[in-house]
Amino acid sequence: MTDFLLELRCEEIPARMQLKASEDLARLFTEELAKAGLKPASIDSFVTPRRLALIARGLLLETAAVSEEFKGPRTSAPAQALEGFLRKTGLTQDQLEDRDGVWFAVVNKPGRATADVLAQAVPAVVRAFPWPKSMRWGAASQTTESLRWVRPLKGIVAILGEDLVDIEIEGLHSGYATLGHRFHHAGEITIGGAHDYAEKLRACHVIVSHQERQAIIAARADEAATAHGYSVIEDKGLIAENAGLTEWPVPLLGDFDPAFLEVPPEVIQLTLRINQKYFVLRDAAGKLAPAFICTANIEAKDGGAAIIAGNRKVLAARLSDARFFWEQDRKTKLADHAQKLERITFHEKLGTVADKVERVAKLARWLVEEGIVKGADADLAEQAARLAKADLVTEMVGEFPELQGVMGGYYARAEGLPDAVADAIRDHYKPVGQGDDVPTAPVTVAVSLADKLDTLRSFFGIDEKPTGSRDPFALRRAALGVIQIITANDLRFAVAEGDLLDFFADRLKVQQKEAGVRHDLIDAVLALGGEDDLVRLLARVKALQSFVATDDGANLLAGYKRAANILKKEAPDLSATPAFARVTNKELSYEPEKAEADLIAALDAAEPRAAQAVAAEEFEGAMAALATLRAPIDAFFDAVTVNDADPAKRTTRLALLARVRDAVHNVADFSKITG
Amino acid sequence: MAEGKVLSFQDLILTLHAYWGKQGCVILQPLDMEVGAGTFHPATTLRALGPNAWNAAYVQPSRRPTDGRYGENPNRLQHYYQYQVIMKPSPANLQELYLGSLVEIGIDPLVHDIRFVEDDWESPTLGAWGLGWEVWCDGMEVTQFTYFQQMGGYDCKPVAGELTYGLERLAMYIQGVDSVYDLKFNDAGVTYGDVFLENERQMSKWNFEVADTEKLFRWFRDCRAEYDQCIENGVPLAAFEQAIKASHTFNLLQARGVISVQERASYMGQVRDMAKGSCEKWMEVNGWAA
Repeated sequence: MTDFLLELRCEEIPARMQLKASEDLARLFTEELAKAGLKPASIDSFVTPRRLALIARGLLLETAAVSEEFKGPRTSAPAQALEGFLRKTGLTQDQLEDRDGVWFAVVNKPGRATADVLAQAVPAVVRAFPWPKSMRWGAASQTTESLRWVRPLKGIVAILGEDLVDIEIEGLHSGYATLGHRFHHAGEITIGGAHDYAEKLRACHVIVSHQERQAIIAARADEAATAHGYSVIEDKGLIAENAGLTEWPVPLLGDFDPAFLEVPPEVIQLTLRINQKYFVLRDAAGKLAPAFICTANIEAKDGGAAIIAGNRKVLAARLSDARFFWEQDRKTKLADHAQKLERITFHEKLGTVADKVERVAKLARWLVEEGIVKGADADLAEQAARLAKADLVTEMVGEFPELQGVMGGYYARAEGLPDAVADAIRDHYKPVGQGDDVPTAPVTVAVSLADKLDTLRSFFGIDEKPTGSRDPFALRRAALGVIQIITANDLRFAVAEGDLLDFFADRLKVQQKEAGVRHDLIDAVLALGGEDDLVRLLARVKALQSFVATDDGANLLAGYKRAANILKKEAPDLSATPAFARVTNKELSYEPEKAEADLIAALDAAEPRAAQAVAAEEFEGAMAALATLRAPIDAFFDAVTVNDADPAKRTTRLALLARVRDAVHNVADFSKITG
Repeated sequence: MAEGKVLSFQDLILTLHAYWGKQGCVILQPLDMEVGAGTFHPATTLRALGPNAWNAAYVQPSRRPTDGRYGENPNRLQHYYQYQVIMKPSPANLQELYLGSLVEIGIDPLVHDIRFVEDDWESPTLGAWGLGWEVWCDGMEVTQFTYFQQMGGYDCKPVAGELTYGLERLAMYIQGVDSVYDLKFNDAGVTYGDVFLENERQMSKWNFEVADTEKLFRWFRDCRAEYDQCIENGVPLAAFEQAIKASHTFNLLQARGVISVQERASYMGQVRDMAKGSCEKWMEVNGWAA
C-alpha cells in the first residue's frame, strides 16, 4: 500500500470555482481508478488559487489479475466468424477451448502496475475536467483542439510513494518540482511525495488546505477586530472567497472616515463586501464601525502599513462616490425620478416601467378599497405604488442594483413621506424566496401583492409562461411571493383564474410541501374545482390532513376506497346522478338490513351537516360530520352483500355506495388521497 | 509609495516602453483616431486574428464622452490614457513579465498586495471575449489581463495575451495623489492638470452641449456608407477605420442624449456589424480559414 500525490498547477483559478473543482478532481480521479479496479482508502483534497491537488491514500501497487471468459462462434461456423473472434480476443486458434462444439476463449489479464494506471488516469481527468468556463493559451492554441483549462496549466506533480509517475499532457511533463508562494519564494521546490507535500509548501508560504486558510482568515479577522473593540459581521461566503484569493492569507484592519457613516449602512456594507471583498465590522453598540478588514496575500515587509494605506485610499474613493450618489439622488424628489421610468422598457409587449407602475398603483388601491387588504389607507397604498420603482433610475441603484427598494425607502423618508409609504417602497419586493420576511404592514402588503400579481397577469396575458427550467421573468418566485403574502395575512379573494390559477396551484403544492402539507391532499381539494381562494383552500386541506391522521379518518378513507372500487368494478358507467344516488329508507322496495338502514340514516344526518359546515368554512366540522359515517360504513361492509342475487337490491346498494362517495366528495375528492 | 524615485506620468510611460521593448514588443505610437479603448487599435483587434506572431505595446488615448465631468471630478475623464500590450501567442511567462513591469515602475510585491482576481472580458461590439483577471494592487484595479479567445466572432488561433494598464490611476497610486489633475506630468513642475484640465472642460461642454447632433447623425450614416464601399473594394483596414469612427460618433450621440432606448440597440448593432464585417474581410484577404 502506498500514497499518491497529484498537483495540477496553473495560473490563478477564480475563487468561486475552487471548492467545486476540488470536489470534481477527487470524484473524477476516483472514477478513473475504479475503471482499472483500483480504490484508494481515502482522498485528501487541496486547492489554492494556483493549484489543485489531491493525495490518494492506501493504493495497492498493482491491480488484481482478472480472468475473463468469452463465448465465441460454433466450431462449425464459417472461418470468417472464427477470425473475427480471434481478432477480438487477441488469441490464436490453439488457445481456444472447444466446449460441445462452441469455441470459448479464456483471457487472463495480469495485474497492472498502479503507476501505469495513474499515468493514463490523470490525463483523462484533465481532459474531461468540468470547468464552468475554460480557455486555450500559448503556442499550442494554433488549433482549437488544444488543451483547455480554467487558466493556463503550468505544471504537474505526480508521485506514487517516492516514485515519479510519468505523465505527459500536451507537452507538459510531470516532475517532482512545484512553485511556492508567488512573491515569498523564488525558484522551484522539490516535493518528496504525499508525506511532505503540505509541509514543504507551508515552508514556502503556501497553505494548501482551503479549509485551513478559511480558519486562519476567520480567526485572525476576529482577533484584529477585537483588538479595536469591534466585531466582524459574520460572512462565510466572504471568508471562502478570500481563502480562494490567497495562498498565505493575512487579514489586516484599516479604518475609514467616520463621516462616511452618514451614508446608509447597506451601501457601505455592499461597497466593502462586493467591490472590495472586505469584512464589515460592528462597534460595541452594534452599529457599523468605521473600519474594514482586507485579506492580503503576503506577509508584508512593512507589516502591512502600505497595504492598509492603499486599501484605505481605494475605499475612500469608493465611499466618496457612494456619498456623492446619496447626496445627488436626494436632490430630486422620488416623484420626479419616477417620471424617468417612461424611458425604461419593462417588456417590449408590456410597455414601459411607468406603464407597469400605473397598473400596480390602480391594483394596490383596488385591493384596499375592496377590503381585501384591510387596515390600509387607499391613498397611501396608491402613493407608495407610484413611487416604489422610482429608485431604479437613481445613481445609487444604478451602481448597486441589489439596493433597489432599500434606497427608495431611504429617499422617501428623507423627503418626509409617511413611514407607511417609505416602508412599503423599501419592502415591496419582499418576500424574495422562501425564508425571506413576508410583509405584514397593510400598505406594504397592498403594494407588494399588486406588483407581483401585475407581473404574473401581464406575462401570462402575453403567454410568457415558465417552461421547465426556463423562467426568465422569475414568475415562479412572484407566485410564491403572492402565496406567502396571502397566507401570512389571511387575504380572502379570487387570486386568479384559468392557467394562472393552475400555476398558483402548482406553486402552492411546492411551497406547502416544505411546510409539511401533503400535496395529495391539496389535489383532493383542488379536484373539487373552482377553488380560487387560497386561504380557504389551505384551511380545508389542513382540516383534511388532521382528519386523515385520525383513526376515523383513516378508516373512512379505507371505506371510501372500498366503495369506490366496487363502484368502479361493478358499475363503471354508474354516474353519480343525484336522482340515482339519493337512496332513502322510505323509497326502498324491500326490507333493508339493519346496517343498510343505519347507513342511510347516517347519510341523511351527515350530508346536511357537512354541507352547512363547508358553506360556513368550518372544515373541522365538515370532517366531524364525515367521521359519523365511519362506523355505519364499516358495519355495512361487514353485514351486507352488495352483489345480491336480487337485482333490485344490488342496484340499490350500488347506488347507496355512490351516495357515500358523493357525500365524501362534498368535502374533498378522497380518490386523490394516497395511502 | 516612496521606494526610490517616484515616476512622473511621462516617466511611467517611458519606463513601460523601455520594459516592453526589451521583451520584444514593437513600440507603436497611438492610433490617430478617437477610440473608446486600446483594444480598438487595429494593432490589437485585427492582429489578434490569424496565425502570425505579434508583440506590440503602445499608449492609446481613450475617449469616453459620457465619462466627462467638466474637469470637476478627480477620477473621471472623458479623455484618458491606456497602456496596451499584446503578445501573440501568449507567452508561457506572461504573468511573470507583467509582474516584472510592476517592479520596474516601483511597485514592490513584498510591500504591496498584488492579486489576480477573476474578471472575464467581453466586447459584444467587437464580437470578442477572453478569460483573465483584473489585477489588484492593494485593493485597486490597476490592469486588465486577458487571454483573447475570440475576436470578430472568430476563434483566436493562436491565443493572444492582452494587458491594459489604466495609466492615470496607476500614476495616482504611485505618486500618492488624490486628484488626477495633481499628477506630476514630468519632473519640471508640469502637472496633468496643466496639460489637460482645460481640455476636459471644453470637451465635456462640446460632448454634452455643443456637438451638432444633425451632423453627428450624418457622420454616422456616412461612416456606414463608406464602410460598405471599403468592404466591396477589399480594404478591410479602411473599413475597420470607418467602424471606429462610427463607434465614436455613436458615443457622442449618446452623450448628447439624443438616442432613445430602442434606437440604441439598433446603432450598437450597426457598429457591431461593421466591426465584425471588417474582421471577416480581414480574414478573407489574408486567406485565413475560420
